[in-house]
Amino acid sequence: MTAIQPTGTSTARYGFSNLARMEWLKLASLRSTWWTLAVTIAAAIGIAVGVGAQTKAHTADVTNNILGGVAPGLLLTGVLGVLVMTSEYTSGLIRSTFTAAPKRSLVLAAKAAVFGTVSLVVGEIAAFAAFLAGRASLPRTITGPALSHPSVLRAVVLAGAGYCLIGLIGVGLGAIIRHTPAAVAVLVGGVYVAGTALVGLSKSAGSYGPVSIVANSLTTTQRLAHALPPWAGLGMLCLYAALVLGIGGWLLVRRDA
Amino acid sequence: MIEAEGLVKRYGATAAVDGLTFTAHPGKVTGFVGPNGSGKSTTMRLLLGLDAPDAGVTRIGGLPYRDLRWPLREVGSMLEARAFHPGRSARAHLAALAASNAIGHARVDEVLDMVGLAGAARRRAGTFSLGMAQRLSIATALLGNPEVLVLDEPVNGLDPEGIRWIRGLLKSLAGEGRTVFVSSHLIGEMAATAEHLVVVGAGRLLADTSVAELSAVGSGSLEEAFFALTAGSAQYEGTSQRAGPVSTASPRRASDTACP
Repeated sequence: MTAIQPTGTSTARYGFSNLARMEWLKLASLRSTWWTLAVTIAAAIGIAVGVGAQTKAHTADVTNNILGGVAPGLLLTGVLGVLVMTSEYTSGLIRSTFTAAPKRSLVLAAKAAVFGTVSLVVGEIAAFAAFLAGRASLPRTITGPALSHPSVLRAVVLAGAGYCLIGLIGVGLGAIIRHTPAAVAVLVGGVYVAGTALVGLSKSAGSYGPVSIVANSLTTTQRLAHALPPWAGLGMLCLYAALVLGIGGWLLVRRDA
Repeated sequence: MIEAEGLVKRYGATAAVDGLTFTAHPGKVTGFVGPNGSGKSTTMRLLLGLDAPDAGVTRIGGLPYRDLRWPLREVGSMLEARAFHPGRSARAHLAALAASNAIGHARVDEVLDMVGLAGAARRRAGTFSLGMAQRLSIATALLGNPEVLVLDEPVNGLDPEGIRWIRGLLKSLAGEGRTVFVSSHLIGEMAATAEHLVVVGAGRLLADTSVAELSAVGSGSLEEAFFALTAGSAQYEGTSQRAGPVSTASPRRASDTACP
């Protein structure tokens, strides 16, 4: 039997770019994607304006305070990342996806690449918009931090990257757990609660929690005593994302769909 | 062509598919029939590479599913009626899957037209009735204009007009030389659609025969022959339904779940 092969593609086969296009169309065609991302940006800006207006002293890390609005958006991006995987299991679409593309680790790579890119772009928009809005709302008596200062620019850029990495942790957890409520519970538990609980045990252990990395390492301009340095924090988050995505990919290939 | 050889799939101690071997040939509709729980859906998932068999191999056009170059252009499949995200439109659902196999966008509108969903293409698929959902699943299967079709219970949820439509569709696809493999627990439905039957019970092959041959057995009713064949392998049956003795001879021995 010969399969129907359109001319020009007879020697080729489906690959990463085809799957990335599929995943982009899936993500972009859901209204909930855009609502969630819009709320993420709005929350970051809203909190930054509130914090900016309340700022009283020069001595505080104003950049870090203004970027405090990143935290709720991180949760939204993380949940959206979870849904990128789990909504396919809920609906049964995953079987269509895997019959269209039986190389499952390539499917996960495409999902991670597409969602990682979208959440990075949205994260950077949220971080820069929040920083600029927060700085504009500072009282006149306070000199705002300038983006031309390297540590301020780094804090804002890495705040945006934080959304992407927490989102990718969500995608990986979704691939491992497959059920939306359980995966969201693990995301919130692992990323938020466990991080906070670790602080209770020891301050240096607490500095390894994903959210505290974003809050105390990536977005600071003044180094905190019990926090990882910014780039080490970024490396740690990358490691978490790579770990859960790696386990997720390993399980996807081995489990029945 | 679809081939399964010595296929075994176990869930814990029970074997859902137990040494199944059969072939579905191009140019005809092959009905895959058996009582509920006889392993039809499991077999289809094995054919499509979704589940891994504990033993045996499956091939489509001579290749294991995972080795297909453009899977959707070679095999069209539907496993359940609502295998789409409720928030996505029918067109967006098809466009995304089409992109995965570099299928042109024109084909999306073409299959929507073929299944009669052109007017509902932009509606959120979550608002679809069961019949419309079924049509969208069939459109998904037809997307890549494949030579092989694997359809699990495609008539479920369709109204009489829809059932007549799908019968015609399956026959015309087979008439074009494609391999059409369709499961159903309704033997009467398969009598109207299929030329060839693969009959299973409790995960084992009970018969691999033409519809004409099976009908010719015993009293001449396909339904009676089917019940005689599957007697003893149905997992869920009402006790009063099986009261009468089924004396028709079967082309192969009626299976007994303990037989090798």
